[in-house]
Amino acid sequence: MTQRSVLLASNIVKDLGHGAGSVRALKGVTLDLRAGELTLLMGPSGSGKTTLLSILGCILAPTEGTLSVAGHATAGLNAEELANLRRQHIGFIFQSYNLFPTLTAEENVRLALDVRGERGPDVTQRAQRALQQVGLGHRMKSYPGNMSGGEQQRVAVARAIAGKPSVILADEPTAALDSENGNAVMELLSEIASATGAQHAVLAVTHDPRTMKYADRILKIEDGRIVGEERRPEGVDTIHQIARGKKRKTDAKS
Amino acid sequence: MTITLAFRNLFHDRVRLAVTLIGILFAIVLIAVQLGLYLGARQIIASTIDHASGDVWIMAYGNKNFEEAQPINQRARFVALSTPGVASVVPMISSFVDWKKPDGGTANIVLVGSDVQDGGLAPWNIVEGDVGVLGTRDAVIIDKSYLEDLGVQGVGESAQINGSRVRVAGLTDGIRSFTTTPFVFTTLSRARTLLGLAPDQITYALVNLQTGASAETVSKALQVRLPNEQVMTKAEFRNRSLNHWMLATGAGVALIGGAILGLIVGTVIVAQTLYSSTKDHLNEFATLRALGSSTGYIHKVILAQAALSAALGYVLGMIISLTIIYVTESMALPLPIVMTPGLAALLFGLTLFMCAISAIAAISKVTRIDPAMVFSR
Repeated sequence: MTQRSVLLASNIVKDLGHGAGSVRALKGVTLDLRAGELTLLMGPSGSGKTTLLSILGCILAPTEGTLSVAGHATAGLNAEELANLRRQHIGFIFQSYNLFPTLTAEENVRLALDVRGERGPDVTQRAQRALQQVGLGHRMKSYPGNMSGGEQQRVAVARAIAGKPSVILADEPTAALDSENGNAVMELLSEIASATGAQHAVLAVTHDPRTMKYADRILKIEDGRIVGEERRPEGVDTIHQIARGKKRKTDAKS
Repeated sequence: MTITLAFRNLFHDRVRLAVTLIGILFAIVLIAVQLGLYLGARQIIASTIDHASGDVWIMAYGNKNFEEAQPINQRARFVALSTPGVASVVPMISSFVDWKKPDGGTANIVLVGSDVQDGGLAPWNIVEGDVGVLGTRDAVIIDKSYLEDLGVQGVGESAQINGSRVRVAGLTDGIRSFTTTPFVFTTLSRARTLLGLAPDQITYALVNLQTGASAETVSKALQVRLPNEQVMTKAEFRNRSLNHWMLATGAGVALIGGAILGLIVGTVIVAQTLYSSTKDHLNEFATLRALGSSTGYIHKVILAQAALSAALGYVLGMIISLTIIYVTESMALPLPIVMTPGLAALLFGLTLFMCAISAIAAISKVTRIDPAMVFSR
């Protein structure tokens, strides 16, 4: 099945700094992200992963090249218009979770919807549904300070998916987590990407090899260029899909 | 959610909240006391004019205030009576003079002479005796707050004015003088005698108008007919007195200056704490920005924080200000601190203004925020 592209980046160049001290962090990156896919962007430190993520997330503007998110070209948009594009079409998951410590899990998710201008009782229900989806239905009223790292990252995932964005961008989502929690988060991202309806394209920047088994596609970046792409062969399930298949069989037997 | 976030940010750091509230509270109390004193001073300065009859006042040229009046000839009274629109004209005397205490020593007083049955200026808030006692021999009425200054204990005691005996026949409560020079009330003829004025001399002729007559029109007509005297409407004379004591003497400027100082100090303290709070929450604001919030949304959070601080600080500041006013009222200070609904509303407006101004630095900080910083943590 061919999935629709929800993000297209073409010949992205990014210079950081000015004048003699300027560094070309990205040297002509072209990629697309498709709904229903979990893509990993892997590369060593300083390869341009975070810069690329910032550009794909409409936080930084490229020096050259074009970017289109959910059919909207970003060229010529000012900071407020880019912010509008972010809140309508992009969900973020950060390495350090970036939750608001003074808000409960539910309030953290509601805040992301409030930023989008969505208010009312329906919003609370949507926030609760998102938290249930990530397995935190029992922790809605908990504050981040009282939650484990894995739980906090799952709140961040709920916050990212609550607004049903076209693209979810994750920055080292497992870096601060132990193996068990890291796997749980990656499983969640894979599930979100492959969920029925294939609404979201998920891109995770990572250098954690444990995450590879969850990927539909792996992009390798080095020295500001995409140097390789691996796609899971047709018919070969990700570990998440295998696990889901096993569960279905077990359920059928019982 | 902006209010919730602002509220939580505010209460997250209790120490900073306490510093912010102390800053606002200090500013409000200082402004309330200074402006309260200013209003109190205005009230005191204008009290004699406000309590006197007379829509139009005739006085000597150059008269700057109620207390420092020069004598004029009573002829002005009769000229005024023959002017269209005038119903009646009441003569009155007011002048500084020395009061000799019974046990020696003198005090400066303002002697006010008026025949109350004619509707001039009768003492008010009488707590001992009544205005009728002024008709008795040597009688004067003084305010009880000046008993000690005048060296008397109360009703029945005697003193001297210009060598003539006067007897305290009644007491008022709350008739204070801005100059701290006590008012001493007596009849017109006794005042004239005590001051050594000629029988045809007065210091004011208070003109009462016929129904429907315009004070401005009559005032102008009288001024034409009395070119050697000064004619002013009651409002004009009130303003002249206020301007003299509040502006020309610098007293009002000092009080308003104190209030402005309070506003500045309060603004600086609130700005500093709000800025440091915003700086501490910078990553959260960057996250908000990364999530796509508009700058307006973030400004709302900061302004809500400022407004919540203002509301809390205002309530606490007003409680302390009203307590100070209550306590000083019972101490019968020479200058009362006045709180009016208008001043309370003004204080609330100033508090909001102060907090909004304080938020500018914080807003400027988050406006320059780079949402990309969320990836570098």
